[in-house]
Amino acid sequence: MDIYNLIEWVVKIGIVFLIFMHALAYIVLLERRLLGFIQMRLGPNRVGPYGLLQPLADGIKFFFKEEIIPRDADRVLYMLAPIVALVPALTTISVIPFGDTVNLFGREIELSITRTNISLLVVLALTSMGVYGIVLAGWASNNKYSLMGGLRSSAQMISYELSLSLSIVGVIIFSGSLDLAEIAKEQMNTWWGIIPKWNILTQPIGFLLFLISVIAETNRVPFDLPEAETELVAGFHTEYSSMKFAIFFIAEYANMVTASAMATLLFLGGWHGPFVKDFPLLGPVYFTMKIVFFLVLYIWLRGTLPRFRYDQLMKFGWKFMIPVALANVVLVAALALFLY
Amino acid sequence: MMEQAFFLILAAFAVGAALSVVVQRSPIYSAFSLIGVLVSLAALYIMLKAEFLGAIQIIVYAGAIMVLFVFVIMLLNIRKEENALDKHRYLWLLAIPFAATLIVEILYTVLKVTDIPELKDRPIIGDSQSIGYGLYTGYLMPFELTSILILLAIVGAVILARREKED
Amino acid sequence: MVPLSWYLALSATLFTIGGVGVFVKRNVISIFMCIELMLNAVNLTLIAFSSFYREVSGQLFVFIVMVVAASEAAVGLALVIAVFRNRQSLNADDTNLLKL
Repeated sequence: MDIYNLIEWVVKIGIVFLIFMHALAYIVLLERRLLGFIQMRLGPNRVGPYGLLQPLADGIKFFFKEEIIPRDADRVLYMLAPIVALVPALTTISVIPFGDTVNLFGREIELSITRTNISLLVVLALTSMGVYGIVLAGWASNNKYSLMGGLRSSAQMISYELSLSLSIVGVIIFSGSLDLAEIAKEQMNTWWGIIPKWNILTQPIGFLLFLISVIAETNRVPFDLPEAETELVAGFHTEYSSMKFAIFFIAEYANMVTASAMATLLFLGGWHGPFVKDFPLLGPVYFTMKIVFFLVLYIWLRGTLPRFRYDQLMKFGWKFMIPVALANVVLVAALALFLY
Repeated sequence: MMEQAFFLILAAFAVGAALSVVVQRSPIYSAFSLIGVLVSLAALYIMLKAEFLGAIQIIVYAGAIMVLFVFVIMLLNIRKEENALDKHRYLWLLAIPFAATLIVEILYTVLKVTDIPELKDRPIIGDSQSIGYGLYTGYLMPFELTSILILLAIVGAVILARREKED
Repeated sequence: MVPLSWYLALSATLFTIGGVGVFVKRNVISIFMCIELMLNAVNLTLIAFSSFYREVSGQLFVFIVMVVAASEAAVGLALVIAVFRNRQSLNADDTNLLKL
């Protein structure tokens, strides 16, 4: 591996990781302000102009809080659970492509940290591993409510993984590749010069299925019964305080960002936008705008919808989403056969 | 060089986790050690250029089958294995020589494998295209049979685990 | 370049450790997990040979083995739950109603 590859790799990791971690801190602020506006109040706006230093204040608060570990909790698993929740959530950013291959400094640089031809499967695999953090947290806390919350949450996540994978199958049929960069590149054409060939227009049912499944996967409203404050005493992270709780929090928002990135890459054309073929560096800008759109959608849903009861949620996942996802696969296959 | 170093690290992790599966008293620690074995095996599959199967191993084995195991252990609330091993301590005295003999026999046979045939014009395998092609053309019948097998397993599992209705 | 025999040696080691586990453990679920360990060791052998001989049938066989392991795990764990409901114990020694 020559020195230029190494430098490119290190710079990419540095930039992406730095931006990602800062973005996570500010998404929390975005959520609190937006929720405030939806609920006819202002969010936090005291610390710094428009509340922009609030994440810093939150971080300092989390550092100084007392760490309480329950006496009968399983020490090893208790410490391990936040790590197991956070590591897959952060690792997914390494296969997400932010733009096309650009030509900078005389080299062809891919705008993703690594490039594999199964990057879609890598993201799915890491999402599957994220279930264990929640399960471990519920078990290790030695607390009935945590155990119930952990089991319910992980049962919900594995149930909706099925409809998630089935809704992605339609996209794979159209683009013929499991590589996220290839899937985004396939959507970079237009019909008649104006209407982009995005998958949201060719497979709208698939898009809706994907959106609902991914909201259930990330345990967000309206599917957040397992961690609702009023139901199970905060569910699986009841017994966690200070930094460990902050790690669960960060893991949840990192999952949200990954889910938004997947939604834009698979259905919204990734980095496609006007004039992106002439100025390839506009790609990441459009990508970020679309991710922010999905994040605002997540927060909007949180402020607006009531939550499902657990049995309603499971019934919905198994008896409605999976049959509709199967029908969607058949439909998309027919479409691909007869139109392309 | 790098590849051999990676292999040795992954192999050491896999063997360590496998020993932990057998030695641990609590089933939940065994389950998580088994997940460690599965993840290191997936990394080895990727080193062998079978990347599709590596990803499938994590999605299916470590992400679904082991979740099933962990669920059952947690629902039946098994905190600590019963100390029946005190009654059966003689089993370890039988098992260790048996295992040592077996390993020595197998290693003796296996470490003599050295001839690899000519690979110039063999197709590239391991990526999703080759596996998909094989599954849907030459091996279509086993593929369809496995789908029937899964259906049987689903029906069987639901019936076996169902609570008896009190009439 | 990692020689093929190293992969086979690792697979043999994992298989033996799994075999010892089936022999020694008393909890039914732990025995089950050691069986899964043995299945994975066999998978490693199949994929190693498939990769070194550039023959895709090894990997297809692993695919089938994974599916079979999944169905076996599902049915086996359902059986374990049924046994637990009846005997209130997960010790393999306590499920001995058919003994003479």
